[in-house]
Amino acid sequence: MLPPTHPPHIPLAIDDLTVAYNEKPVLWDIDLDVPEGKLVGIVGPNGAGKSTLIKACLDLVPRASGRVMIYGEAYKKHRRMVGYVPQRESVDWDFPVSALDVVAMGTYGRIGWCRPVGKKFKQEAMEALERVGLAEYAHRQISQLSGGQQQRVFLARALAQDAQLYFMDEPFAAVDASTEKAIVTLLHELKDQGKTCLVVHHDLATVKEYFDWLILLNMRVVHAGPTDEIFTAENLKATYGGTLSALAEAGEALKRTKGATS
Amino acid sequence: MSLGFVYSDIWEVLFLQNYNTRVVVLSTVLLGISAGLAGSFLLLRKRSLMSDTLSHACLPGIGLMFIGVTLAGGNGKSLSWLLLGATLSGLMGVGLVTAIRNTSRIKDDAAMGIVLSVFFGLGIVMLSLAQTLGGAAAGLESFIYGKTASMVNQDFQYLLWITGGTLVLCMALQKEFSLICFDENFARSLAWPVHFLDVVMMGLVVAVTVVGLQAVGLILIIAFMIIPAAAARFWTEKYRRMWMLAGFIGGCSGWMGASVSALLPRMPAGAVIVLVSGVAFLFSMFFGSARGVLKIKHRQVRMKRRVGRQHLLRAVYELLESKEKGGNSPVSITELMQKRSWSEKRLHSLIAQARREDHVEPVSGNRLQLSESGFAEAARYTRNHRLWELYLIRFADVATQHVDRDADHVEHVLGSKLVRQLEEELDATVHGMQLPDSPHAFVGAYEI
Repeated sequence: MLPPTHPPHIPLAIDDLTVAYNEKPVLWDIDLDVPEGKLVGIVGPNGAGKSTLIKACLDLVPRASGRVMIYGEAYKKHRRMVGYVPQRESVDWDFPVSALDVVAMGTYGRIGWCRPVGKKFKQEAMEALERVGLAEYAHRQISQLSGGQQQRVFLARALAQDAQLYFMDEPFAAVDASTEKAIVTLLHELKDQGKTCLVVHHDLATVKEYFDWLILLNMRVVHAGPTDEIFTAENLKATYGGTLSALAEAGEALKRTKGATS
Repeated sequence: MSLGFVYSDIWEVLFLQNYNTRVVVLSTVLLGISAGLAGSFLLLRKRSLMSDTLSHACLPGIGLMFIGVTLAGGNGKSLSWLLLGATLSGLMGVGLVTAIRNTSRIKDDAAMGIVLSVFFGLGIVMLSLAQTLGGAAAGLESFIYGKTASMVNQDFQYLLWITGGTLVLCMALQKEFSLICFDENFARSLAWPVHFLDVVMMGLVVAVTVVGLQAVGLILIIAFMIIPAAAARFWTEKYRRMWMLAGFIGGCSGWMGASVSALLPRMPAGAVIVLVSGVAFLFSMFFGSARGVLKIKHRQVRMKRRVGRQHLLRAVYELLESKEKGGNSPVSITELMQKRSWSEKRLHSLIAQARREDHVEPVSGNRLQLSESGFAEAARYTRNHRLWELYLIRFADVATQHVDRDADHVEHVLGSKLVRQLEEELDATVHGMQLPDSPHAFVGAYEI
């Protein structure tokens, strides 16, 4: 039985979520309550359903069962509290828009239908672009930006959404050092403002450093909780299974983080 | 009037003096505008071929409607009925493509090929069946190749509505349309009714296609949709401008094509219009100010020149540096020659270029000297170059795609904080130099 309501202070509560593509389940019985104001990493092997989990929360893929509550309400009702950073490869960067245009799309949810993007919203978009350090690229066509800059444009667009809860799909994938640093800084800023960020992440080596809460995912939630408690070799083994390379990598990561903390 | 046409004819056509010509030409212009706009969406939504399937799938509907209405005792050639039939079967065709794609493993392109040809075949069969009903069916095949001259006032009125509707929708829904073209998932995450918007957008395409069928024919209408939009893309990096330009190019092509075909009675307008827009496309492809071939070539040449200039000035600067005194003094070209692996011809052309840019002053003998501005430039290039080198060495694992060596100021790319850090590092390694020394020389120092 699902509990009748969810407390409104829980940014994301998932009950019994199952998602299937072509009758093949990708996510099984996900039950999850994500606390507010945390940087949450979603970690797991390839094909574990990390992106799917995000998409299911955003109503982008059909759910076979289950319920997702955003601050105690269905997604449709609280969609304005949610910001989304899709994977960079999901769009055609040759599209005839400037960086500023893309960032302004973050404000579209608050602009009414059929209305142009007003001065106020353009200003907001510009501020978001400044926050990711790309103000001077505002009028460049987006294919003229480097991969890291494109990623930052996407982040700026999410900032322009002015949300409480952010879903980010691999923002650290194939970005340069300065972008990675900029993203981390931004995540901490968001956290300081009491916002919650769910971030799909691949690099086990940086998990401990970046995230204070963790979801270990492999078609089901293997473990979820504060990073300090659940980022252990045992749990990683349970998540990644027998894949040797991943395990080796995890072991390395653990050693490194232990060395750093002791 | 055997050979050419008389001036008065041209006058009459271009300035729409004659009623029939006026209807035809104005209709074609309107069709061009709305097709250009609707085509932009097809292009940006990567559905160009959809329009071809749609137009071919219209044919059986036309044949069936004619037969049905005629058998029911009505006027089978009534435009409204025919266009209704076209719309219905066109939509069915598009729906079928979606159904095939969703229910089987057949991909989009194959599904479109199948539907397009089968519907067209069915349409041809319907038309020949219609012929058996009597002479009234004679004009129907104009839907295949198009017959602009047959456009009547009713076509014009339809087109007026459709163009007006397209313009209003494009203006009202520009941010909605552009977002679902660019990032559909993001639009859905805003809980927008993406399907509904898509239907509206494709509805425009259907409307324009159906009304344009008779004028340009179902074979050529895809050109009407796609070519102006594709041509417009060469001129701009902004979607609003692209839409407007596509409408403009479409309208102009329509006007010119229809005029030419009115002057040369045996010339089918549809084909002429497509040829005119084809010329516009070629022109745009070469001369387009945003991504035309010449523009890109020009950028490459400029880039090559800039790289050459940087190489030369840096080589001279490094030569000066290696001399004891430093400062700006003449250097020998022979020495310069050994600095890099460039051919004599290349070096001399670079020197000639630098002289034109006033970076280099001629000195007697086989020597050259940097001008004041050249010296400053050379110092800047050398500094930037070394900072980049150092940056790459320090952040070798992650930095490669971030390096924009061409940037005039490293700070703009890396941020002033990081540059200061790099500079300090260089200074720490190389004492008493006004410029960061080449990091290549002390790579070893880091390794120890």
